[in-house]
Amino acid sequence: MTNRIEMMIPLLLYFFFIMGIALWGNKKTKDKTGTSGFMEEYFLGSRSMGGFVLAMAIITTYTSASSFIGGPGVAYKVGLGWILLSMIQVPTAFLTLGVLGKRFAVIARRTNAVTITDFLRARYKSDAVVILASLALLIFFMASMLAQFIGGARLFESITGYSYQMGLLIFGLTVIMYTTIGGFRAVVLTDTIQGIMMLLASTAILVAVITAGGGVANIMSSLQAIDPGLLTPQGAGGSIPKPFILSFWVLVGFGILGLPQTTQKCLGFKDTKSMQSAMIIGTFTVGFTMLTMHLVGALGRAVVPGIEIGDLAIPTITLKLMSPFWAGIFIAGPLAAIMSTVDSMLIMCSAAIVKDLYFHYVARNDETKLPPRKVRLMSLSVTGIVGVLVFFAAMEPPSLLVWINLFAFGGLESVFFCPTLFGLYWRRANAMGAILSMTAGCAAFFFFNISKISVAGTTAIVPTLVIAAAVFIAGSLLSKDNTNDAELHKIFDF
Amino acid sequence: MANSRLRKESNLETIVVLLLYIIFFAWWYITAYGFGDDPSKYKFVFGFPEWFFYSCLVGYPAISFLLWIAVRLFFRDTPLEDNDHD
Repeated sequence: MTNRIEMMIPLLLYFFFIMGIALWGNKKTKDKTGTSGFMEEYFLGSRSMGGFVLAMAIITTYTSASSFIGGPGVAYKVGLGWILLSMIQVPTAFLTLGVLGKRFAVIARRTNAVTITDFLRARYKSDAVVILASLALLIFFMASMLAQFIGGARLFESITGYSYQMGLLIFGLTVIMYTTIGGFRAVVLTDTIQGIMMLLASTAILVAVITAGGGVANIMSSLQAIDPGLLTPQGAGGSIPKPFILSFWVLVGFGILGLPQTTQKCLGFKDTKSMQSAMIIGTFTVGFTMLTMHLVGALGRAVVPGIEIGDLAIPTITLKLMSPFWAGIFIAGPLAAIMSTVDSMLIMCSAAIVKDLYFHYVARNDETKLPPRKVRLMSLSVTGIVGVLVFFAAMEPPSLLVWINLFAFGGLESVFFCPTLFGLYWRRANAMGAILSMTAGCAAFFFFNISKISVAGTTAIVPTLVIAAAVFIAGSLLSKDNTNDAELHKIFDF
Repeated sequence: MANSRLRKESNLETIVVLLLYIIFFAWWYITAYGFGDDPSKYKFVFGFPEWFFYSCLVGYPAISFLLWIAVRLFFRDTPLEDNDHD
């Protein structure tokens, strides 16, 4: 019992600290006058992110429960080959910011875009695109948040020994409260602290594993004795064939250019200096976290052998190797990864409902119909309500949402990749192309996943993105040429 | 209003980023699969199998360093607002 309490002390201190930041963010939203001013602050922090915060906001939103629990669990089972796979994610930050950053930043300022949907609306001027984008975002984000909540609560349960519901209550309510109260500014500032927490936690556990195993050389020879396949890039039992791992260059490689939760951050940085330093800091951080956590899983196989369920590998290794107090600090790492993913999605769901749908379609962009007091009340309550809905869903997870989550990552890419990228780089791209591509992409992704039809050994995302791009280009070329549209110059003339 | 300087900058930066991405992929792929498939013949560097050492432990810091250089050489600071109508 004392063990549990010792473990809870660092965790609770950490949660209180984060709540303090949210209150500060809340104060900032009160300084803003006007409906648009409030929305730009609450949903985008008034475009004030500096380099370090921007890097951490992108990276922590991107890294989630799977980077701390699921991925390292697989590395435990199949060995170093899975670390090779995880390293595909190293370019996440520089690719997102380098390809999208500058154009997005300029266009967002010209069109007053706060969300990715705002950008799509300005670019394609189509209600169908806006509604498709908002629906895809809401459905896939809700499913992802649910999965993150479940993952976090299970992790809490397996490490502290408290119940699943208790875990959900403590960290679920923390993340809902600080996001609701503090808005985007609190989201990115807590993300920064969560990112530092993740770096510290992953380093601590890796050092513990290598020390306990008597050094790397020692661990490698034990792994070789267990199964030489653990040391190969193909993985134990050849479980990582080349077409499979190369598919990941699409899914978590350049496909991330379609993930709205990370691309939206491109609308919110302060200046180009911030963007440039974020590219470097973000690349370093994501590589470090992926490498250390997956190494813990792979090397842990030699140090704490015999764990049957992959997802239990990291919790079990932590409990075996660390004292309760340090285990408490460590568990803050993956919980931080989870909370920093949930908070971004929560605030973006709220923005989709309040700004993209309600303000535009019900209030008809009329600020007098949605005065500052009202928009404030509405934004905070929508954030809170969406969070609480997901929270209750996680108490008794509905199987449909759990199932949708399996497709969330690739599904978001199949919907957003082409409209975002073509919209920024191809003047001829138009609404018809976008609508057809979004529907065909999403349908293709579900089709290839459910039918289990594999094209040349690749996973579903590869044929999906090919189809989405082909449909986009065909649809645009076969419909009306809008390139002389005066409004389009707002986006393209720079 | 038309500001082709910004467009040129943005295009150059995009090309640099894509090149870095290709370099990272090539290094990752060649070192991962280029050292042979037989674990009993592996050589070890600092305790790690050779392929893993070069592909994962060298590749990632190396690309971070290349990126740092590329940003200094090719990336320009530009105002993001349109206030400067010339």
